[in-house]
Amino acid sequence: MHFSWQRLIAIIKKEFIQLKRDRGTLGMIIMLPIIQLLLFGYAINTDPKDLPTAVISENNTFLTRSIITGLQNSEYFKITHHISSDKQGDELLRQGQVFFVVSIPDNFTQNVIRGEKPEILLQADATDPTAISSAVSSLNGIINKVIQENMKGNIAYLKNKPSSFSIIVHKLYNPEGFTRYNIIPGLIGLVLILTGVMMTALAITRERERGTMENLLSMPVKPLEIMIGKIMPFVFIGLFQVGIVLLMAYFLFSIPILGNIVLLFLCSLVFIVCNLAIGFLISTIAKNQTQALQMSVFVILPSIVMTGFMFPFQGMPIWAQTIAKCIPLTYFLRIARGIILKGAEFIDIFPNLWPLGVIVVFLTIITMKAYKNTLD
Amino acid sequence: MTEIAIDVKHLTKKFGTRTVVNNIDIQVPKGKIYGFLGPNGSGKTTTIRMLCGLLTPTSGEGKCLGLDIMKDALLIRQKVGYMTQKFSFWDDLTVRENLEFTAQIYEMDNAAELVDETLIKLGLKKRENQLVGTLSGGWKQRLALSACILHKPEILLLDEPTAGVDPKARREFWDELGRLSDEGMTILVSTHYMDEAERCHELVYIAYGNLMVKGSVNEVINQTHLKTLEVSGLSLPLLQKQLEQDPEIAAMSLFGGMLRICGNDEQKLVDKLQNVKKQYSLTWRKSNTYLEDAFIYYLKKAQEN
Repeated sequence: MHFSWQRLIAIIKKEFIQLKRDRGTLGMIIMLPIIQLLLFGYAINTDPKDLPTAVISENNTFLTRSIITGLQNSEYFKITHHISSDKQGDELLRQGQVFFVVSIPDNFTQNVIRGEKPEILLQADATDPTAISSAVSSLNGIINKVIQENMKGNIAYLKNKPSSFSIIVHKLYNPEGFTRYNIIPGLIGLVLILTGVMMTALAITRERERGTMENLLSMPVKPLEIMIGKIMPFVFIGLFQVGIVLLMAYFLFSIPILGNIVLLFLCSLVFIVCNLAIGFLISTIAKNQTQALQMSVFVILPSIVMTGFMFPFQGMPIWAQTIAKCIPLTYFLRIARGIILKGAEFIDIFPNLWPLGVIVVFLTIITMKAYKNTLD
Repeated sequence: MTEIAIDVKHLTKKFGTRTVVNNIDIQVPKGKIYGFLGPNGSGKTTTIRMLCGLLTPTSGEGKCLGLDIMKDALLIRQKVGYMTQKFSFWDDLTVRENLEFTAQIYEMDNAAELVDETLIKLGLKKRENQLVGTLSGGWKQRLALSACILHKPEILLLDEPTAGVDPKARREFWDELGRLSDEGMTILVSTHYMDEAERCHELVYIAYGNLMVKGSVNEVINQTHLKTLEVSGLSLPLLQKQLEQDPEIAAMSLFGGMLRICGNDEQKLVDKLQNVKKQYSLTWRKSNTYLEDAFIYYLKKAQEN
């Protein structure tokens, strides 16, 4: 028996009709993104450490080494990249690989000694203001310490001039440090998970509980037709929800959408399919609707807590970060923030897009294996 | 020789360690109404589900219309109509939507026409836009049957289709089955009603997963070799209680003012009644053995095994 478009379309149509008559679900689809968006206007402060930092320094002297060590010792900064150009720095920031780029100008040490008061530039990724605020406010202390420790001998006179050099902080992407800048792109992901996973988790269990699955299975339908047919309506619904959140973000919270909106929708599509695959898998395993909902919570909760949606990713211990790397929202969050707040392009988000693709393929294979086209 | 539509051998289904269907052989001739009888939980539904590929048999082999029930489940589903015991069409779709969905799933070329035709035939044209969940039981049953035969299946599997339906609707339902069978459709129907069993060309009786007997109504009755007496008298329920454990009595049941007693040896039955004749003021006469007597007999036999 061949795959049949007619059967597939019949199933999709049926799902849509049933959805249309299900007031509760319909309300959830529209109200959920709106309520979430209003609820998450505020965020929670935390104090993450070891934020990845890149350093541009041609000037390698006792003073610059001391400054870099000072940054490291503060525990807020973790030097992960030594680079040579601003362009590289921009790239690392945009891709989210580092939170900070520290640029120490040429002839820095000589200029300090000559009393020219040179400036160090610290560029910070401010999309997640809570993540960087502690680090930024620790800077003054670090500078003072460096001066106290290094201005000895014949340059000891510099010690008493407090501003022998300074650090200029340049907050990128979210200069005012609005928390909602950070939360709202993530909210797209959360809304998609909540509706996507839960709705599809109920898709098969509901038919099974009502006894209609027996009827459906006694008809000549292929597993793939049922799977796609059940999932397809929620793909459209997901894209619709992305639209709602973006519209509200733009008009209600005045969040600039810097990147390509088509790219954002395409990435959302991958993420939606990912969620639906999870939901469908739950639906296949769960015995009834209650169980399906319980299982959904197990997926949704870590997504909220562990992916960097509410708390900075870097604030978590390594083991938690490792677990979080298996959660799709982790990647989508970075993609959505990158595109909306940083104007990231395909090349920038690709490192976070391919893991999503891998997860989708993996889940699809498992679901196909787990799904039974009988009542066994 | 008559053609065989369903031919299964040694069909067995286990759920875990529980054997629900045990080594059953069934041959259903083409174009016949084949009755499927047995007490609740005897494995009727499980067997029917295996025949249409909804459950995979644990062991055994079989063919439905020449297709292997183990391998060709999807192909079998195209040629079989299955009416579930519990109404299983979509309550939140309208009558028309349910029929349309069914027609499209079976890839009928003339889906729209077919649906209209069915609606008119059903007498549901006026209510085509009513949600199925709001239909009465009788209408649901008629809709389910129409939907099951929409794709003109060669075999119709009906799992207690008339449970809870009034006698008039039941009679109409069976008249329709008679017509379909006459047109060449093979029908396998499970039921608890004796009058329905008697309308079948052939019967099979299963109990606790085991096939007890098969054949025409008369064959099923004759194979018991039972003799039956109709006893009248006083306090018959007491008498029934008294004789309950008697090994000579194969089946017993109260029928209005009479007690029907069946056993293999008529003389022994008479002897027993003689013993208590005065006590209960008994009179009796010989009677035919009914299908129900036979089934009670087989059930008892199954319980003894």
